Amino acid sequence: MFEIYGERFTSRLLLGTAQYPSPATLKEAVEASSAEIVTVSLRRESARMRAGQGFWELIEQLGVRVLPNTAGCHTAKEAVATAEMARELFDTPWVKLEVIANDDTLQPELFGLVEAASILVAQGFQVLPYTTEDLSAAERLASAGCRVLMPWASPIGSARGLINRDGLKTLRAYFPDTTLIIDAGIGAPSQAAEAMELGYDAVLVNTAVAKAGDPVKMAEAFARAIEAGRLGFEAGLIEPRDMASPSTPVAGTPFFKIDRVS
Amino acid sequence: MQILVNGEPVATDACTLAELCATLGFTQAKVATAVNGCFVASARRGLTPLAPKDEVEIVAPRQGG
Repeated sequence: MFEIYGERFTSRLLLGTAQYPSPATLKEAVEASSAEIVTVSLRRESARMRAGQGFWELIEQLGVRVLPNTAGCHTAKEAVATAEMARELFDTPWVKLEVIANDDTLQPELFGLVEAASILVAQGFQVLPYTTEDLSAAERLASAGCRVLMPWASPIGSARGLINRDGLKTLRAYFPDTTLIIDAGIGAPSQAAEAMELGYDAVLVNTAVAKAGDPVKMAEAFARAIEAGRLGFEAGLIEPRDMASPSTPVAGTPFFKIDRVS
Repeated sequence: MQILVNGEPVATDACTLAELCATLGFTQAKVATAVNGCFVASARRGLTPLAPKDEVEIVAPRQGG
C-alpha cells in the first residue's frame, strides 16, 4: 500500500489514458493493469463534436480514481487556471501539475512549477507536481506543501527509462517519507521494475502501454513488473561488488588442493 | 459582438457566459470555463458578463498522460 494525501492504494501502477488505438482497448488495458488511478486531461470542447462527453462516460464506467493533469501549460498562470477548471470538472482536489519548459524535451519548468504549486496549495489543492530529480526544486515543492512528487525518469514519451539513476536514488534517499511516483519516460516493464527496486512508491505509464503492439498485454506486463520490483525492494537487494564471490560453498570442493588458493 | 471561443472568432448576442454556453448547447454538458485566462466556476457563469474581444475557453474531459 502507498499513500496519496492520506488515501491508500494497492496498485502501484498509474495508467495514462491517451493514445490508445480505441476506447475499447483503453478500457481493457485499464482492467488488465489493475490500476486504481488513471490520468486524464481537459481540452477545448467543440459544440459539434462533443468528444469530451463520450470520453467521460467511458472513464465513469471504469470505476477508477482520476488524476487530472495540466499538460501543455507553459506558465504558472495557465497551469493554475487549468487546475481550477479540472477541479470543477473532475470533482477532485488532486492535480498532476505540469508546467512545461519547452516542446523538445517537455521538461518541467521548475520555477513556474514552484510558483503554481504554492498558489494551488493555498487554494486547497492536493498537488502532485511533475518535476525532475533536482533536489532544490524538490525541497521548494515540499516546502510549498506538496506531499507527493512525480519526478521524470526521462523525457515524456521517450521510452529511455531511468537516465539519471543515481539522481533518482539520491532523491529517494533524501525524501524517505514523501510519496515519490516516477512520471515520465518509462518504455519497458524492466525499467518500471528498476524504479520500484530503487524504492519509488509507484510508476505512471502511458505511451509504453498505449503504443505497444498489444496494449492490454503490456498493461499486465507493467503490473507484474511493478509488483516484482516492489517485492524486490521490500526484500532488500544485495550490494553490487566488483569481483566474483562464489555462491556454491568452497568447503568440501572435490579435488580441492590448498596450493590453488591464492 | 465578436468574441473568441476556444480560439475561434464567434459572433454572439450573449450577454453572459451562461447565455453563450446555452447557445452553444453546453448547458447540460460536462464542461468548465474560463474568460480571458481566468477560471469561471459554473455557478458564476450567469454573473459573468461578456464584452467584445473576450477570450472564452470551454473545455471538457479528455485523454491524458
